[in-house]
Amino acid sequence: MTIRIQREDFDAGAEMARMRRAHRSVGAVASFVGVVRDHNDGAAVTGLVLEHYPGMTEKALEAIVADAHARFVILDALVVHRIGALEPGDPIVLVVVTSSHRGDAFDACRFVMDYLKTRAPFWKKETTPAGVRWVEARGSDDDAAARW
Amino acid sequence: MTAAPLLAPPADPCAPVAVTVRLVYLARLRDAFGSPGETLTVASATVPAVLDVLTLLRARGGAFARELALGRSVRVAVNHTMAGDAQPIGDGDEVALLPPVTGG
Repeated sequence: MTIRIQREDFDAGAEMARMRRAHRSVGAVASFVGVVRDHNDGAAVTGLVLEHYPGMTEKALEAIVADAHARFVILDALVVHRIGALEPGDPIVLVVVTSSHRGDAFDACRFVMDYLKTRAPFWKKETTPAGVRWVEARGSDDDAAARW
Repeated sequence: MTAAPLLAPPADPCAPVAVTVRLVYLARLRDAFGSPGETLTVASATVPAVLDVLTLLRARGGAFARELALGRSVRVAVNHTMAGDAQPIGDGDEVALLPPVTGG
């Protein structure tokens, strides 16, 4: 399990290659990259600041990945989440899951993201033409997490 | 954990219990309260719980009453773990108030 909270960008390809080579039994590598959109809730977004709750964030992400290991047959999982100032087009989050087979890799990757969206203490403050605002949580994210 | 003295007097069950916790206000709540946190002493007839903290803060009125009103989805974490209203709190605990999360 690898959990990282960082300001700098990440190299998804390098992370996936490292995890692909880590076990001879890897048969599938599933990944997800979340990206800053240039619009949200009907407004143009020119940038956002991501903050988190140090100490709890790591603990929450570790619990989510441990839960994924309990629910799916996976070999390893990685979560990298960025904090600080980001612009549209910038990557925010990377999840990579390795497994012997694609089904568990896909499912575990989606599970980790769905739970991260509703349980990991991160918050976005975005800049729009009308000013700066805290991003509102979405009910659809709760629905996505409730499916599991 | 420290061992209780062998000849400790019996605790008075009616005596109020007071604990001092460190409050952490996150994201929107930090802006609304104009502070990243504070130290708060909570007294209760029984063992102080998360609800006692919320009740004390709501009684201040203003932004506290507004942001912590029933029905607002604010969650509480005690020592970095999500906690319900009934969870007991102890001296030195870190009690954080979290608006709905929006990461990812």
